[in-house]
This record gives sequence, C-alpha cells and structure tokens, in this order.
Amino acid sequence: MNVKEVAEKLGLKVISGENGLDREVKGGYVSDLLSDVMGSANAGELWITLQTHKNVMAIASLKDLAAIILVKGFEPDPDMEEQSNAEDIPVLNSDLDTFTITGRLFQLLNP
Amino acid sequence: MHFEFNIEGGNFSKAGTASSQLKKILKQLNVDPKVIKRVVVALYEAEVNVVAHAYTGQIFIDIDTNKIEIKLVDEGPGIPNIELAMQQGYSTASPAVREMGFGAGMGLPNIKNNTDELHVASEVGKGTTVKMAIFLIS
Repeated sequence: MNVKEVAEKLGLKVISGENGLDREVKGGYVSDLLSDVMGSANAGELWITLQTHKNVMAIASLKDLAAIILVKGFEPDPDMEEQSNAEDIPVLNSDLDTFTITGRLFQLLNP
Repeated sequence: MHFEFNIEGGNFSKAGTASSQLKKILKQLNVDPKVIKRVVVALYEAEVNVVAHAYTGQIFIDIDTNKIEIKLVDEGPGIPNIELAMQQGYSTASPAVREMGFGAGMGLPNIKNNTDELHVASEVGKGTTVKMAIFLIS
C-alpha cells in the first residue's frame, strides 16, 4: 500500500510533499521523541507525531520514512512544509488523536 | 577521502545537514545500506548534541576502504561527567530543546549502539571531542 492509498482510506489531509505520495508504506512508528525515532524507526514507516518543526523532516529523510502523520489537526511549521516539498516526503494530518489514528493505521496495515 | 563540515550551536534549522551530505556520499560510494543507516544515526545524534549544547563545532570525516572515522570537535561548556552523560535517559538539555522532542537522553546511547568505536573527551568550559568509527568490513 502506498501513502496515497493510506491517506484515502484513513481520511487524512495531504498538506505537502505530494510528489512522494507513491512511497510504499511498510509499517508505522509512533513517537514524539526525535532520538527515539532516529534510533528505532525503520525505512518505509509512517511516523505519527505531534511535532511540527523542520527537524522532523531531517529525521524522516535520513531514515527514509514514507510520510509523516500529524495528529489532532496540527499543521506543520512553514519551514517543515517547505522541507517536505523539497524532499518529496508527504506531511499528512488527521483531526483524530494519536491513539485513534494509530489504531486505525494498524488495522489497515494488518487486516 | 576527507570531508569537513561546520556546525552552528543553537541553529536547529541546520541540524542534520552534514548527516544528509554524508548519506549521499556513502550511497554514491556503494557502501552497504546497513552501514549507511548506522553512520547516519550516529552522526545525526552527534550533530544535534553540538547544536543543542555547544557554541560552535567542526566535523572531520575520513573514509577509507576499511572504515569511516568521524571526529566532532566543539567549543562549548564541556561535559562534567561523561559516564553519566552516556547513560540512557540522562540529559542536561534546556526545556526549549526538550519541547522539540530532543534532550531525552538517548543521543549518546544511540551513537554507542551504532558505532564500532566511540571515544568522548571533554574539558569543562572549553569543549568536547567525540571520535567514532564504523567498520566497513566486519
């Protein structure tokens, strides 16, 4: 399943990085601690977080993550959005909280 | 091959620049992707440490056929107790840095877990030098 299909099935809003919507989703990782993601996330995962600054994109790029999902309607800072477009790594958001969106993503990826 | 990069203390918008450059270089050199992943994690964490704690820093990278050696030299407050700093969960990061999701005391442990050699030397009031090596042939 790619990022676009996940976004459609979970009703996520695509904010930026549209050129990366065909990235393959291999799983998910949930954390707001950047070093935790750096140390433990794997390539191709969707990262669910409430962090909205540019460093999120640096980590997503270095770890080859599929996309970022911001929870509770959070919007990326302008420089995060810019970096998302530059790296072709989509930033999506959901009005749902972390628990709910994580549960739905897990179900979708593990039917 | 030798590369050098500068790091600005306090400038989080540029944190990860050197890691990103090195990742591209290692890909071009056809280095094993598993090795690249380890190098990137270790260098990123070391860069962020300089940005979060020091005033200025330099990165020196040497790549040969056997290993990748990285040295980060910063001018900053130094680390009074290196043993304590190496412990998972220990951090002296400011509240502002923690709010960004950094400063969870996972940086140095992440570096240790992803390198084959790690040496940290520090002088309080002067700065810190971190040397690490990752072998290309196991």
